[in-house]
Amino acid sequence: MSETYIKRHRDTAARMLGDETIIMSVKDSRVFTLNPTASLIWEAADGVTALREIVARDLVAEFEIDTEAAYRDALELVGQLAQEGILVVTDHPMPAEQS
Amino acid sequence: MSRVSENGTYATAVAIGGLPIGISSADPEFITMLEGRYAGFLGADGDVAIRLKVDIAPPSGGRGEEELAVSRAGTRWLMNRGDFCADWDPVSKQGWVRQSAYPYAIDSVMRIVHSLVLAERGGFLLHAASAIRGGRAFIFSGVSGAGKTTISRLAPSDVTLLTDEISYVREMADGYQAFGTPFAGELGRAGKNLAAPIAALYFLAKGSTDVARPLKGSSAARRLLRNILFFADDRALVEKLFRSACDFVSHLPVYELTFRPGAEVWDLIR
Repeated sequence: MSETYIKRHRDTAARMLGDETIIMSVKDSRVFTLNPTASLIWEAADGVTALREIVARDLVAEFEIDTEAAYRDALELVGQLAQEGILVVTDHPMPAEQS
Repeated sequence: MSRVSENGTYATAVAIGGLPIGISSADPEFITMLEGRYAGFLGADGDVAIRLKVDIAPPSGGRGEEELAVSRAGTRWLMNRGDFCADWDPVSKQGWVRQSAYPYAIDSVMRIVHSLVLAERGGFLLHAASAIRGGRAFIFSGVSGAGKTTISRLAPSDVTLLTDEISYVREMADGYQAFGTPFAGELGRAGKNLAAPIAALYFLAKGSTDVARPLKGSSAARRLLRNILFFADDRALVEKLFRSACDFVSHLPVYELTFRPGAEVWDLIR
């Protein structure tokens, strides 16, 4: 089973405001808002921690939710953020220069 | 206020937001026109932080409606629109403008220069009216038609208008302050050259009742970012503006203000 690794794109700026995260793509000034759950994934997107581990550590343990369902939702979310160009998603850990 | 130098150049200084910009030209009528337009915002030439030399050219046919391009070239900023071109170096603090003898081009150049300086310093220009009441400044932001001029016209006598069109926000040591600007909207008159600590930001919407609803941080930041005036294609400054906007909404109350066009709306602004 391959792992998924996620990293915040370097052309983004982000800030927690309350329990949400606001993100700007500095390439084109598009702005995104993440809800509290998505914010946990964004914060943990360091490029070297597998998404499955992030889900287990930050979501399942925190909210007592089903692991597989949470992982599927997380995969869908990171896919959307990757399509928007603000998150890098790969199947291997990412050194900083690959973002 | 204007002076003439030994080489026959005329000069004046326009101080907005505490930043005096010296403007010189060989055309005395152009300088006189600026001094009329920016009366109330004229500064002392010895204090200028930036100097712009204006070369008056025959009318280009541009009407100021063409697309504006602001780009970096080394340390310099290049600005081009159909009715002017300009070059300003923040390091030497010198620049030049080539335009015809009408005020709208230099007006735009000054807005651009101020927006660049503010972005570096944690402030911004905002599509907004602003006013001082009780020693505190209130900002009313919105796109054209949202009610900036309307709420300015409705202001009671104890309110001092800073602008009905473009607000000037600076981060100071003790918080954010709003400064008056000569950039007028439909009201057709310049604001007062005063400043005050900002008490609140309101995003305007016309409605059937007067009500101010608090906005949560992310919504406030998104709306603020939409209404900031910034003209340059520069990632570093865009990121600074993003951080400034987030910082601003983290420190100050932000509301959506729905209002009827009546003076009672000012009962909510205290």
